[in-house]
Amino acid sequence: MALELKDVSLLVEEQCYLQDISLRFEAGSFNVLLGRTLAGKTSLLRVLAGLDKPSRGQVFYNEQDVTGVAVQKRGLSMVYQQFINYPHLTVWENIASPLQLAKVSAGEITRRVKHIADMLHIGEYLQRLPLELSGGQQQRCAMARALVKDAGIVLFDEPLVNLDYKLREELRSELKVLFKTRETIAIYATTEAHEALALSGTTTLLHQGKVLQAGLAQEQFAKPVNLYAADLYSEPPLNVFSASVDNGVLQIQSPTSLADIAHLCDLPNGQYQFAIRPNHIYLQPNNTASIVLRAKVDLAEISASETYLHVEVSVDSDQTSLSWTLHILSIMSFRSGSGIDIFLPLEDLFVFDLAGKAIRWPDTHSLEVK
Amino acid sequence: MNKVPNNKAWWLVLPMFLLVAFSAIIPLMTVVNYSLQDIFDQNTAYFVGVEWYQETLRNTRLHDSLLRQFGFSFSVLLIEIPLGIVVALMMPTRGWQASAVLILLALPLLIPWNVVGTIWQVFARGDIGLFGWTLNNLGIDYNYTSNPLDAWLTVLLMDVWHWTSLVALLCYSGLRAIPDAYYQAAKIDRASPWAVFRYIQLPRLRNVLVIGVLLRFMDSFMIYTEPFVLTGGGPGTSTTFLSQTLTQMAIGQFDIGPAAAFSLVYFLIVLLVSWLFFTTITHMEKSDNGNKHDK
Amino acid sequence: MATITLKSLAHSYLAQPRNPQTHPQDYAIQALDHVWKQGGAYALLGPSGCGKSTLLNIISGLLSPSQGEVLFDDQVVNALSPEQRNIAQVFQFPVVYDAMTVAENLAFPLKNIKMPKAQIKIKVREIADLLELTDSLDKKAKNLSADQKQKVSMARGLVREDVSAILFDEPLTVIDPNLKWKLRRKLKQIHEQLNITMLYVTHDQLEAATFADEIALMYQGKIVQFGSPQELFERPNHSFVGYFIGSPGMNFIPIKKSEEGKKNEKDKGRVFYQNISLAISGSQQAALKSCHSTNLKLGIRPEFIELSETYEANSFPASVLSVQHLGSYQLVVVDFAGLEMQVRVAEKMQFSGAGVYLVFPSQWLKLYIDEYLVGEPVLVNKGDYKSENHE
Repeated sequence: MALELKDVSLLVEEQCYLQDISLRFEAGSFNVLLGRTLAGKTSLLRVLAGLDKPSRGQVFYNEQDVTGVAVQKRGLSMVYQQFINYPHLTVWENIASPLQLAKVSAGEITRRVKHIADMLHIGEYLQRLPLELSGGQQQRCAMARALVKDAGIVLFDEPLVNLDYKLREELRSELKVLFKTRETIAIYATTEAHEALALSGTTTLLHQGKVLQAGLAQEQFAKPVNLYAADLYSEPPLNVFSASVDNGVLQIQSPTSLADIAHLCDLPNGQYQFAIRPNHIYLQPNNTASIVLRAKVDLAEISASETYLHVEVSVDSDQTSLSWTLHILSIMSFRSGSGIDIFLPLEDLFVFDLAGKAIRWPDTHSLEVK
Repeated sequence: MNKVPNNKAWWLVLPMFLLVAFSAIIPLMTVVNYSLQDIFDQNTAYFVGVEWYQETLRNTRLHDSLLRQFGFSFSVLLIEIPLGIVVALMMPTRGWQASAVLILLALPLLIPWNVVGTIWQVFARGDIGLFGWTLNNLGIDYNYTSNPLDAWLTVLLMDVWHWTSLVALLCYSGLRAIPDAYYQAAKIDRASPWAVFRYIQLPRLRNVLVIGVLLRFMDSFMIYTEPFVLTGGGPGTSTTFLSQTLTQMAIGQFDIGPAAAFSLVYFLIVLLVSWLFFTTITHMEKSDNGNKHDK
Repeated sequence: MATITLKSLAHSYLAQPRNPQTHPQDYAIQALDHVWKQGGAYALLGPSGCGKSTLLNIISGLLSPSQGEVLFDDQVVNALSPEQRNIAQVFQFPVVYDAMTVAENLAFPLKNIKMPKAQIKIKVREIADLLELTDSLDKKAKNLSADQKQKVSMARGLVREDVSAILFDEPLTVIDPNLKWKLRRKLKQIHEQLNITMLYVTHDQLEAATFADEIALMYQGKIVQFGSPQELFERPNHSFVGYFIGSPGMNFIPIKKSEEGKKNEKDKGRVFYQNISLAISGSQQAALKSCHSTNLKLGIRPEFIELSETYEANSFPASVLSVQHLGSYQLVVVDFAGLEMQVRVAEKMQFSGAGVYLVFPSQWLKLYIDEYLVGEPVLVNKGDYKSENHE
């Protein structure tokens, strides 16, 4: 059992929503579609659901071409951003409705509704109407309805966006558990990288209707194919500068040798874009070889236990100054406008070519997911 | 968005299609047939080509009633649309008052056309009608049976009484669809009531107003029963609108050929004016929207 | 510009609410006293349904409270309409005047206070530059994308400088994560420039913490804690604060006092989770001594648990259930004698096996009796507290 897209494109009024997408979702897998707003996530879900017919390409389910098959016949369920329930039916009736339509026996319905409701912690609210529930419970009800019929495919379109972040945390971890033992193909669209990392399924990065990268979220985090993919995974955004390399020496204000850095030592001469994650810039020198830069504090955003330090930096004297963000894992206060030294360990540098294609990644040690 | 093609749905349209064919298309074709012939009796008919059409377009009686008709329809729109909006704005939004007002407003819409005519015929009489009697006693010389202007105004007033509710109800539903946040934002931005109307309510009423204007135009352009009952088209021809002229020709004088030609011209006029309205309004919207395309 | 004071404020959406003492469930806001100082940046944080939006609407004057008073400086404003209170508010979903251009939208509040045209133009330009709306000034507002519209909404809220306060009701809900960073920073800068009281409602702790100098955490119609983000994080005074602030929230260990009868020297100053004895501080012991409740918990944040693969003094064995790599950190779920606990560890830490040892640093081990924090040393000076560092 698998759901497969072959060279799918979707054009509406000459605007390209999806372009040559080929993907395969295996049974029992949890898949994440990650991309910004308008990246094509919803369009892709709609094609998968059969709500839209692709302009080109085919959709296969269980190796059968289902491209033109109507949504009703595909045996799938969908959970939306909005909490969609039947307002005049009780929670029990809401959850039972797909089973009743499928003519499941009454005893079986009772058993399955109870089971799924307990799993999603709404077992005690079965006799209430959806509007008498909190937002989180309403979305749980909608999810229960999507999951109760054991559809082969369940599609989630940013289902947690309208919930507060604690509820998101809870439901996310519950979802992971729910799908662990199922043979269902789950596809989950989101704009947030940390959600993709937390769900840690097979992740597809979408950008402007195209697939940027597909694979495990943690792998993409460590080895993004290009600058855009790297940025999708960096929150706050990645810090980027361009510089040239000449015989193993990085040509910046104070030229730095790359000779001892495993992933950078054999970098051919040329112009590159270097990038570093906000949490890899330090305020003190540590024992690794680092670039030292002078920066001007723009603003310090202090969260409960961390500091996001926004600075202005010029990497090279003839370059315009860049706006960077440092993510410091403790609380520190700074006066706006003051000057500080920042340290960029060479071992944490990403290298991209001028078009943004990734060339080198820093070595990552801990990526195995247990 | 591309939908999955499923041709079976067309079968569902078939009954409607048949119904429309029998109720509209076939009768219309008969009219076309009549309009091209001179009919003497059941068995004698001559093909006359476009002669009836030429005659219709030259007929001054028809010109006059067409002018009267436009005058009437535009007066109706000019009064009913703003009045409907004002009524809708003043309607209570919740509680029993809201339902009471809704029912009250819906009442005139439920009364059959000829009854409306009859009601006003009595209501406006100078001797026993409340309206006519009051006016006369206030010293205003009012008689809709002899004074053409009075008659015309009475027909107009009757139409306003009958149909303003429709516009008001449409606008009311449009107003209810505006989220509260807009009013709150306006309050906080210190918008004057006029600004609230101009920048929040009116833009969001546009769609219902398009429907309202079209409905009221078409309806008033084809008005027949009410003036027929009230004034019989008189005094003189002051309230003889197009449809009545047409009936007089077809039934009174039994000029079926010219009448048929005239009906078709009439039909085309309604179609043309409605189309003009519709395209101007949708065009306005399009130029507003630019080339933006929402996903 | 004003200091906003709430005096025993309560609000119920019911027509006839019962007595607030006996039926608190009838109330969306319960007996609230609070002061927001002039010029501060505050966040009102809480889960959905906690009453934070209700409170915001009461302050702005869109809603009239059932009981109590709202004061702007020394003036009771209960009877005043939003425009009389002179506040600006930005809503959760974009509210733009469709028929106007972006520039007209921004000029609208200024036009309504009869600002001279030339000045309006300058001001509109300024705020548009700040929020990067300059390129779309001449576009019709209805043709913008959702996040652009929200920027327009925000700009309209920020365009007037003479307001008493600016209220934000979850303004970044519809914004992409990347843009959120930018806009939040902009807001913060604007606050530093304008010195206007700003009140920001959100359910996102990161948004609240980065924007605000002080956060009021609301739960079930009450403000359960008011303090700096750091205070809320390091000294949550209610278990709900511990749970809600921080991602993931605080770990709680249910504990028992040592039994009175068979007290021996070794157990002195210790509490028990199952057979494991844990040391607590002197002031915590004192607090525990005088209480009879059995609802006792120790709380510790996932960030403060020290995890290592080698045994150290005062460490407890635990086994790793799962490790999740979440970008800048790893989240380790461990089994601590039958209790699941979450530990945040550095991005680059590696594990060789499932067996690990946990250390609970005593300054981060908090005692909760009946869900409330007790036994903390009294802070002499709030300023001292801020200089503390934990890495």
